[in-house]
This record gives sequence, structure tokens and C-alpha cells, in this order.
Amino acid sequence: MSSEDDLTRLSATELAERLAAGDTTSVQATQAHLDRIADVDGNVHAFLHVDVDGALEQADAVDRRRADGELLHPLAGVPIAVKDLLATKGMPTTCGSRMLEGWIPPYDATVVERLRAAGLPILGKTNMDEFAMGSSTEHSAYGPTRNPWDLGRIPGGSGGGSAAAVAAYEAPLAIGTDTGGSIRQPGAVTGTVGVKPTYGGVSRYGLVALASSLDQAGPVTRTVRDAALLHDLIGGHDPRDSTSIDAPVPPVLDALDGDLTGLRVGVVTELGGEGYQPGVRARFEESLELLTKAGAEIVEVSCPSFTKALAAYYLILPSEASSNLARFDAMRFGLRVRPEGVDAPSAEQVMAATRAAGFGSEVKRRIILGTYALSSGYYDAYYGSAQKVRTLISREFDAAFGRTDVLVSPTTPTTAFEFGAKLDDPLAMYLNDVATIPANLAGVPGLSLPIGLADEDGLPSGLQVLAPAMADDRLYRVGSVLERLLEEQWGGPLLGRAPELASSTGVGR
Amino acid sequence: MTTLPGLVGFDEALETFDPVMGLEVHVELDTATKMFCGCPTGFGAEPNTQVCPVCLGLPGALPVVNGAAVQSAIRIGLALNCSIAPWCRFARKNYFYPDMPKNFQTSQYDEPIAYDGFTEVDVDGDVFRVEIERAHMEEDTGKSLHVGGATGRIHGAVHSLLDYNRAGVPLIEIVTKPIEGAGARAAQVARAYVAHLRELLLSLGVSDVRMEQGSMRCDVNLSLRPVGQQTFGTRTETKNVNSLRSVERAIRFEVSRQAGVLGAGAAIVQETRHFHEDTGETTAGRVKTDAEDYRYFPEPDLTPIEATADWVEELRATLPEAPRVRRARLQQAWGASDLEMRDIVGAGALILVEQTVAAGSSPQAARKWWLSELTRRANETGVDVSELAITPADVAGIQAMVDAGRINDKLARGVFDGVLAGEGTPQEVVAARGLEVVSDDAALGAAVDRAIAASPDVADKIRAGKVAAAGALIGAVMKEMRGQADAGRVRELILSRLT
Repeated sequence: MSSEDDLTRLSATELAERLAAGDTTSVQATQAHLDRIADVDGNVHAFLHVDVDGALEQADAVDRRRADGELLHPLAGVPIAVKDLLATKGMPTTCGSRMLEGWIPPYDATVVERLRAAGLPILGKTNMDEFAMGSSTEHSAYGPTRNPWDLGRIPGGSGGGSAAAVAAYEAPLAIGTDTGGSIRQPGAVTGTVGVKPTYGGVSRYGLVALASSLDQAGPVTRTVRDAALLHDLIGGHDPRDSTSIDAPVPPVLDALDGDLTGLRVGVVTELGGEGYQPGVRARFEESLELLTKAGAEIVEVSCPSFTKALAAYYLILPSEASSNLARFDAMRFGLRVRPEGVDAPSAEQVMAATRAAGFGSEVKRRIILGTYALSSGYYDAYYGSAQKVRTLISREFDAAFGRTDVLVSPTTPTTAFEFGAKLDDPLAMYLNDVATIPANLAGVPGLSLPIGLADEDGLPSGLQVLAPAMADDRLYRVGSVLERLLEEQWGGPLLGRAPELASSTGVGR
Repeated sequence: MTTLPGLVGFDEALETFDPVMGLEVHVELDTATKMFCGCPTGFGAEPNTQVCPVCLGLPGALPVVNGAAVQSAIRIGLALNCSIAPWCRFARKNYFYPDMPKNFQTSQYDEPIAYDGFTEVDVDGDVFRVEIERAHMEEDTGKSLHVGGATGRIHGAVHSLLDYNRAGVPLIEIVTKPIEGAGARAAQVARAYVAHLRELLLSLGVSDVRMEQGSMRCDVNLSLRPVGQQTFGTRTETKNVNSLRSVERAIRFEVSRQAGVLGAGAAIVQETRHFHEDTGETTAGRVKTDAEDYRYFPEPDLTPIEATADWVEELRATLPEAPRVRRARLQQAWGASDLEMRDIVGAGALILVEQTVAAGSSPQAARKWWLSELTRRANETGVDVSELAITPADVAGIQAMVDAGRINDKLARGVFDGVLAGEGTPQEVVAARGLEVVSDDAALGAAVDRAIAASPDVADKIRAGKVAAAGALIGAVMKEMRGQADAGRVRELILSRLT
């Protein structure tokens, strides 16, 4: 089959155009992706749950709506994968944890509700590090997702499943969530596009909370334009989320393919240099040259507090997580484990046994960290100090955006690493997110797009664009231009250079 | 009270020790919906029917603050002469308990919405000023029902049932500063404070304040210190003291118990204690140590609450008359004595009497019915007088019939029976039960004639001028008429025939 005829090779925008033109149907498109999943997901393991019947039903419904002449959303009929952190009514939602094995939410997350209303068939739920804690999906209780570029390597995390699904053409679109880089870092290491919108820009209602003040859902796609379309669909105020911003979605679609003349692009000194892989740095420098050629002005910016971001993040996140994850106690839903050797266990004993059995080691590590950081006598030194650092980081962003329109950096210090490389060294694992974390702490939006393959290993690297809060449109303005210039150089999308995945049919998981 | 081993008599204890109290009162607001979701708050619904993903704490669900609850909190704060925080946040109080869906309670910690107030309480005609530390907003927990144990407590239970209908109902916790200087009147002051608070909240219309249904719950902190000492002693916290009488009894018991412990040279253990309604005693609960750590931190799922000066002033303008001012006004209007007013307030019947008077009854009659007849019935059925199935308008209606001579006091009691039994309005009960007095002179005259004929000797005495003997004949007529006659009219008829 040539890629022309293969519906899975089209961008969401292209597929949407064909659907609108009546050249294909949503049922055909959805079936094509379900077939692709059946073919390759045994190798990739991007999905924890595939909803064949549900997706085809939704596809059929949207085809009928289209046939009835109904005015539909531009993405109507384009199938999508959803990270298993979002509540989906009638579909399992595990968060990559044994704790929620078999749990079927009685309600939809607002983002999911909007997808359904717009007529995007939901293919299934994607793999992730347990409760979004990790940068490799190796912390999924259901086994890791493999990077389509090299099945021996990690796809990033926590949203490795969403990024790999898109990179492997199992879905044209996916939803991810980003607490410290869980959309952008997987995007960078799989050669895909990932956007973390402004905090409050997309409803968190129905996202199983990791760290409430940091979590944000966003698009995972293969092109910047696809991301803008999805962003525009899922963004906007939701009265069910008190932290949702009551303002229109920034004009992300209008920003596409804009002019970069005179745009001030800040390069953050602290988000680069030492510790960054040479090949990643080389591709980043080349991208800066392209931006300059496109008329942008490159400015060097220093944000000294960014070097403290990782430390602050690993106090704030565990603190909030320790509280958010307290509800997993076997009383109302999810796993229930009776303690061994106890005849008539108390509720507390069941809670303890369940939490001991249901949570993986990384989750326990962070719950313990957070519980400690919030303890009386330590609160000021840990949680309190971390919040002060957070304030400093916000101020430095403000100052930097006073001199620049956007900031840029490599998305990650390295390309995808091999499985197990950092599993025994949590601090090394945490460093993957060193460049992405500041944006979460300040609530500003960020976009990662592929900028080429590192010379050392031939693996994708990414560039991150950051903009002031509610100026998400600037991400797309810069991202779409850079994407076009790079693809002109490459002669096509970077993903075109990824190895063809072998069929896994007949290969057991 | 009997002095149990180790206890010191209350009065004796107060010769040596000075009690210091602190009262924490939780009040459920009667908003239509819960604190952070749209579920209804009505009491007594089928278990787990007033729940949703938010108040069940399902993964992913998020809270949204109920604006009406914030408004009530500010009004309560203002009525307690508190400062209102221009900016405050919710905080998470983290601890594990099965009836708390999220295993944290969304509450307020170091940024309460109202703080530093006071209120003036009447204690036997004296004004006692109680300083208010804070009033803050939080959500209620669900309820655990422990099945299979002898006591209904968790100890010994076979299993527990959980009802989350109450989870997320808005609560205001009102905390006093240490109440010092009450001395021998400590128990009365505490009781009067809680009664005063109840009246205040009722007048604000923010809660139904039913202690027996748990919509007002009281925790009593108490410590003793030697008379003359400035520093506080170690305190105990007696939880869930849920009636005015219990507040008084719990304090008396703790004073006696702590005095006994201290008198024996031992130390008070800082702990929570349970109050037992049946014995009036408290028993040890959890030991409260510094190890108990709720790991409070600002609730990241909610944005701060900003009470603008304009909004606060707008709400201040909606405050009802202060209870003391109102009581003074009503006392004067009704011509009631201090003692009568105290009885009315003590019975929790001030509003009831006021509304009955407003519905047309005389103050005396309104007071009589609410304080005697209806309070007795409330006590018999173990409910609050305000909870009886009769309205002030009903009472005024019954009194109007008495005033019109259609019924007498004795028949009125039958009307109360009927209304309380749900048989309808007073008019309907009178009609259905045939309680109206017989004002038909012909029928009455015939009964009078029969009574005279039946007791000629009595009739002779009356004819001889012994008018007082008429009582025997009146009694006979009333008996024949089964009470449904106006005794005054009967007397007139008898005398007109015999004199």
C-alpha cells in the first residue's frame, strides 16, 4: 500500500480534509487505525485498552451526522487516542496502575466530553508511567511502551503511550498530560509534536490529578497545525474546574504560518550547555539559524532560578501527589487487598495492604517524599521554600518575556535512552525533565517539535518554545514556521525517516 | 451529682481550680447544594443517593466553591463581630478515614475567612463577653454506621456501612478564644454561649441548627489551673457534645474529673474524650500528641476567595438585629418579665413565640402554649420544640378559636393532638374531631335542665343564695357535653334559671 492510500499516514488535517470532501469516511479511517494498532501495537505497546466497537460506533455516528448535512468540527471523524489518565465513561481508566485495574469511570473528563461532542472517535487509552510519575513509561504497571524509532529504547514519559501511538501511525492525534514535561519530552524523543497549554487553558476536570497546580492536558500530534486544531477544540473555560481560565482560547489557528520578522527569541542560558548531548545541541543551534533567517532576533537570556526548578518541583509535586493519591484506599473503587494473616482486618489495615500492593515503587517514593515535605516542622524548609523558588521562577519568566516574545531551548538534554538505563537511578531519570519543568512551575505554555536526528545515535531531538501565559498562539507562530523550514531541508516530515515497524501479528505480547 | 471515686465535687473543685474553656462549634449550613458540588443537602435521604463524582472523591473530579456558603460564612463572621479576610484560601487537612472520600478534608487553616470577633452572651441577666478566634469554612464528612457491635461504636463491630450523603455538606467551624473568668459559672456560660450561637444562626437564616440531627455539633475543650495562676493547664477535648444540657454536663464532669486527677498529684493527659449522654461522663479517646500531623497545605484545586469591601458591606446590611437588642425589644413589646424571657429563650422558642404573636396571638397565650403544652410534647417525643409538626400560625389559629369561644383550653389540647398527628389545620381538626363547644342555647339549656332535675338538693342551695354550689352542676353539664361547652355560658344558664 502506498502512503497516499494509507489513511494512517495522513496528518489529522489531511484526513479531515478528505473526510470533509467525502473522499473517505470516519469508519474507514477509524478501521484503518484499528488495523494498524492490531498490526504493530504488539511491538510498540502504546495502548492499554483499545475500544474497537466504541470507536467504530462513534465513527459511524459522525458519518451519519455528516451525511445529514450537519455542520461539524473540522476534526470531526478523525480518530484519537487518549492518555489513560483521563476519565472515560464506560471505558477502563487505570492511570497505568494496578490500583485502578478494571475501574470504569461513571463520567467523562471535560476534554473527553469535548472530543466526543466534536465527533472524534476514541480509539483507546494509551500507556503511561503509573499515575504519570516517570519519564520513560517503564513505571507503567502494565509494561513499558517501546519507542517506534528503536524498540529497545524508551518513548519518553509519562505520556510515552500517546507519543508512540502517534509516531507509529496508530493514531493521528492523541491527548497527553504534562506535569513536568510528560507531553513535551515524549514528543522530543519520538519525533512528534507535543503542546502543554497555559495552566488553566484546558480543563483538568476528569484528569486524575498528579500535582494539581502543575497538571495540564494538551495535544500530541505529528504536525504543528494538527496540534493547533486539537488545542482549539479542547481549550477554553470549564466551570467545573475552578482553576480554568475564563477567557477565550488564544488564537492558535490564526497564528499558524505567521511572519517571524522582528520576533524576539530568547535562548535561556540555564536550559542548555553542559549536560546536553552534542547532537541535540547541534540540531538546536541549526534551528536558531533557521529562525534568524526567517527574520527572528535571537537574544541570550539568563534565568538563574531555573537551576533550582528541578529541586523545587520534586518537593511541590510529591507534596500535592501525596494528598491527591490518598483517595486510593480500597473503600469505594479500584483494587482491594485484604492483609494476609489477619482474620477480621480493620478498614485501616485494608487501606494499608491495598496501598502496599497497588502502588509501584516510584509512586511510593513520591508519596513518602511528599508526606515528609508537608510534615509539621519540615513544611517551611521544604514545601514553603519550594513555593518561594516557584515565585522566583515566575518572576524570571516575567522579566525574560519583558525582553523577548518567546523563549527556546532543547526540549530534553538527550535523545531516547535504552530501557533500564536510568531505572535504578531516580535522580538521573528526573533530569530528563530539567528543561521542561520551569514552564509547569510558572504555568506558562510550551510546545516541543522535532528538529532533526542527533548525529551520535540517529534519534530525534526536539526544540521547546515557551511563551507567556495565555500567549499560546506564539508557540504555534514559531512552531509552524520552524517546522516548514525544517521539512523543506529534510524534504518531508522527520517521521518519514523512522524505520518501518515490523508487524507484530502472531507475536504474543 | 454523685461523686464517683477520683472525682471532686464541682463546687469544691472550683475552690481550688479555675476552669478555662474553649468551644468549637460546627454548624451545617442549609444551602441547597453541597460545598463543592451540586448535590442536594437534605437530611434523611436514602443512603448514598445524594452523591456525585465530586463528593465521592472519584479520581479526576474537582471541587467548585458554593458561593452561597461563602456568603453565609461572611454573614456569620460579621454577626460575630469578626474581621473578614479580604483574601483567603482553602487548605487540605490530610488524614485517612473511610468516611472521608478523598482522605483529606477541604478546610481552612491559617487563612480563615473570619477572625478576631466577639459576642455577648446573657448569663442569668449578666452579660458575658466571649472572644471569637475564628470562623472558617470546610466540608462535612460522610457517616459510618458500625454494624454488629454492642455499642454502635467501631470497636467490636463486624462491619461498617458508609453513607456519603453528608460528605461535602458545607460546615462553618466557630472557635472561641480561651474563655477565662467564668469560674463557678463555667458550665452555664458554655451552655448560654451555645444557646446564644444557636439563636444567632437561626436569626441569620443560615442553618436549621438542629443539634439532635447533627447540624450543630460542639466540641468542648477544658483545662484547669490553680486559682491565681496565669498559665493554662493541660486540656482535654470532649467531642460531639450534642445538646445544650450535655454541654453543661460535660463541663461539670470534666471539671470534677480533672480536679480529682490534679488533686491526686497526677497529670492530665492531653486527649480527646467521648461524652456519654446516659451517664453524663466522659471517657478517654485518642491521645492527642504532637505526632498528629494533618500536613495542611493550600488547596491547589481551588482559587483564593476574595471578599471585596463592597461585598462585605452589602452583606453586613443584610444582618438581622443583634439577638440581645432583639430580645430587649421583644421583652418590652410583650411586657414580659426577665424570668419569662429567660424561659422563652432557654426553651429555644423565641422565634416561635414571636411568629405566633405576629400571627395574631397575644404574647401571654403564645408563651403559654409554646412553653407548657408544646414543650412538654417535644420532651415526650425527644425532639426540639421547633421541630414539632405545628407552625406558629397554627398555634395562633387555635388561640383565636379559644378567644372566640369556639373551643376552650381543654379542647385546644385535643386540637394540638390532631395537628401534631398530621390530621390537618386546626380548623380541619376541630371539624373532624367534633371539638367545637356547643354554643346552641337550646341544647345547652336542655342539659342544664337535666342537671338541675338530677340534683334537686344542689339546686335548692343555689336558690338559697349559695351560688358557689353551681360548680357541681356546671361539672355535670360539661360531662354530659363531653367538655364541648363554654363553662361560662353554662354557669349563666344555671344562674338564670335558679336565681
